Amino acid sequence: MNAAPNKKANGKAETLLSVEAVSLSFGGVKAIRDVSFDIKKGEIRAIIGPNGAGKTSMLNVINGFYHPQEGTITYKGKTRNQMRPHVAASQGIARTFQNVALFKGMTTLDNIMSGRALRMKCNIFWQMLYYGPAKKEELEHREFVEKIIDFLEIQHIRRIPVGKLPYGLQKRVELGRALAMEPDLLLLDEPMAGMNLEEKEDMCRFVVDVSEQYGTTIALIEHDMGVVMDLADRVVVLDYGRKIADGTPKQVQNNQDVIDAYLGVSHD
Amino acid sequence: MTTGDTAVADTFPKLLLRNAVKFADRPAIREKDLGIWQSWSWSETLDEVRAFAIGLKKMGLKHGDSIAIIGDNRPRLYWTFAAAQSLGAVPVPVYQDAVADEMAYVLKHAAVKFVMAENQEQVDKILSVSGKVKSIKEIIFDDERGLKNYGQGHIRSFAAVQELGRSELKKNPKAGERWVAEIGNGKGSDTSVILYTSGTTGASKGVQLTGERCVAAASDTVAFDKLDENDVTLAYLPLAWVGDHYLNYAQGMVAGFCIACPESSETVQENLREIGPTFYFAPPSVFASLLTQIQIRMEDADRFMQWLYRTFIGVARRYGEDILNARPVPLTGRVLYALGEFLIYGPIKNRLGFSNIRVAYTAGEAIGPDLFQFYRSLGMNLKQLYGQTETFLYVTAQPDGEIHADTVGPPVPGVELRIDGNGEVLFKSPGMFTGYFKDKKRTAETITKDGFVKTGDAGLIDAKTGHLKIIDRAKDVGKINDGTLFAPKYIENKLKFFANIREAVAYGDGRDFCTVMLNIDLVAVGNWAERNNIVYGTYQELAAHAGVYKMIEENVDEVNASLANEPELAGSQIRRFLILHKELDADDGELTRTQKVRRSFISDRYGPLVKALYDGSESCKISTEVMFEDGRRGMIHGEVKIVTITPYPAEQRKEAAE
Repeated sequence: MNAAPNKKANGKAETLLSVEAVSLSFGGVKAIRDVSFDIKKGEIRAIIGPNGAGKTSMLNVINGFYHPQEGTITYKGKTRNQMRPHVAASQGIARTFQNVALFKGMTTLDNIMSGRALRMKCNIFWQMLYYGPAKKEELEHREFVEKIIDFLEIQHIRRIPVGKLPYGLQKRVELGRALAMEPDLLLLDEPMAGMNLEEKEDMCRFVVDVSEQYGTTIALIEHDMGVVMDLADRVVVLDYGRKIADGTPKQVQNNQDVIDAYLGVSHD
Repeated sequence: MTTGDTAVADTFPKLLLRNAVKFADRPAIREKDLGIWQSWSWSETLDEVRAFAIGLKKMGLKHGDSIAIIGDNRPRLYWTFAAAQSLGAVPVPVYQDAVADEMAYVLKHAAVKFVMAENQEQVDKILSVSGKVKSIKEIIFDDERGLKNYGQGHIRSFAAVQELGRSELKKNPKAGERWVAEIGNGKGSDTSVILYTSGTTGASKGVQLTGERCVAAASDTVAFDKLDENDVTLAYLPLAWVGDHYLNYAQGMVAGFCIACPESSETVQENLREIGPTFYFAPPSVFASLLTQIQIRMEDADRFMQWLYRTFIGVARRYGEDILNARPVPLTGRVLYALGEFLIYGPIKNRLGFSNIRVAYTAGEAIGPDLFQFYRSLGMNLKQLYGQTETFLYVTAQPDGEIHADTVGPPVPGVELRIDGNGEVLFKSPGMFTGYFKDKKRTAETITKDGFVKTGDAGLIDAKTGHLKIIDRAKDVGKINDGTLFAPKYIENKLKFFANIREAVAYGDGRDFCTVMLNIDLVAVGNWAERNNIVYGTYQELAAHAGVYKMIEENVDEVNASLANEPELAGSQIRRFLILHKELDADDGELTRTQKVRRSFISDRYGPLVKALYDGSESCKISTEVMFEDGRRGMIHGEVKIVTITPYPAEQRKEAAE
């Protein structure tokens, strides 16, 4: 990465979200056991771990899709143990998915516009009438969306149904839709999975630029260690639902438990 | 455009001042931004350039300094040209896709002091080589994305520099007048721009062009093609290439027309349709790929549409060119063509964004006659030109009504042309360069004592039309033992215009006659095989098929017939040919990465075949080592048949020539 390194992960930054002693189980399967960590405002926080470590479950807990049996989540100073996803969305949490979840038949533009839905204030009457406040509102939102399209360099696919696009571009559109919500916390579930080197580099640049330009706090799950080491300010490592390390990329890289988890030491 | 205007205005900034008055509210430049076409009129352009220029001056850019311009076609980058020129500084556009090291060479050679970069990508490249290029003092960028944390004093945004200029103008009302006076004092004989050649032949050279010569050349061609302020072009060619600087910047300034900058390099085709330019340039490969797109889409169309397309393209082939050239055409032909225009040609042109084109040019490579004729028959005034950086683009261009697929036209007004003893084309033109920057030796090698420029290209004047024909690079042209000129690329191109032939390698220099080795086109010939129930497994099997040989023999024969028409080249008709047992491949070193044949490498590698071509044998056994795509190596063995062809006799040659 050429961009200047992030220097936001200092102790002074205020905590945006903290997870405390969260446990989640599906029947007898314990997906997350007693995990605690926090995300500070403005940082890029990575969640890593081997397959089945509970990373995606953790994101699902954060954005209210799963409800943990134990533990609490404090977001913007409010503690809760249950939240619905749409409430999370209206409070500024946006996410992308491991396997792209876009409206395949809709164009890039419409998909990203759909990210603005929560911010549209006009009621159905005005929207049906079109002229008047609805038109003004539509134009404002369109301008915002066009800025995202410009930012992500996807002008050429503006009018193409996303189902026709290659995977790397779909991921970019999904990021665009998440950005359209002007989130305070952006959750990215493997944003670079299945991408070639060039697409990965592009995506890295976008993630760094999002953080710098919009000041968005980002939590991301990623398997590519090179990417994590370059991007993240702090890393939390999960293994079999447990937190085994938490710290700067360098600290985590040298942690024996992490090395064991990745290289595969027998667990008794 | 009268010559009176430009007699006064001999630099681009002077033209800008003129245009801001003469065409004040007409659009000068457009750019698609946030999905909407934004435009700046000539007077607004002047404001932007003025603010930027005064900002640059405040930052220390002086007469004679050079400023590199790196990026895609953006209004602010075009303004940088004018702003730098207004201060007497020299803009040096650099190819935006060059890797950092290539860029460093140019920046260092031109002793660049300021850099105008489009975005973070370019700024990063500059920063990575700034240790090597000590002359760089300031970096200015257009797009601010990702550059927020770069503010280290010497890296600032275009807007910030303009702000500097605007506050200076406010503080000091005289600054604007002084700037205009400075433009007035600018000399046309000063270097206006340095364009670096792409460097396919050795290290790239900085071609220095002066304002008066650039303006003179552009004025000539603007008059030649009757361009005026109502024209529109899409500026999508690389800024660093002479083509863009000439066709868009220079001609735009002289004629006062509007240049439109596409939204991004990927949206060019779409933007072309939105803008509908009246003046257009593209290399032959672009026209070829557009035609392929049309054909593929037609194959997916229903039967009635296919029939309609075939019928009316047939009509266009018969009458289209004659109508375009204003030759007599029977009434039925005109009626059918008008119907075709309504049903087929109009929609196709609309689809491609060619609806409003008055003049289109192609150059750079030979264009296939079928391809050329296709666009012309649709009523698009596509013409060819020939030129190079050293001449500020034009040497020859085809005037309306005198169009031939295999010529590049007569010299444009004001250009003197001469063919050297060895076939090399020499010219003297109003727009020619004053020399290579910091390279007296190569300047002396290129400009002759009597002031002609050597092009390095071999050509001949066509006896019938008086047009120039470019046949090959001069250094590749040889002689057959009987003294006939041998231009391998010319022969190879003629062969490659046939859909069946993918690659061709011609031999003949220092030999008794000309022979060729061919590659068939697996798609085209494979298609033919499918239709004729010919079963084949591999390329090698298909290539050796007797039916394929027969088909290719007919193609070669046709090439001979056309060579026989040209007195200088009739002796280089193909006497023997063979179809290679494997496809030439860049991985095996037989082609360059840009898909050009490496003739000498191939003749070493296939030595036995070349020998067999000349020793009269009917076939030859050959084994070749090949590299597979996964990096493994293997051997291909085969027996290659060699066919002898009777060339067209001398008598017939004369008849045909007359």
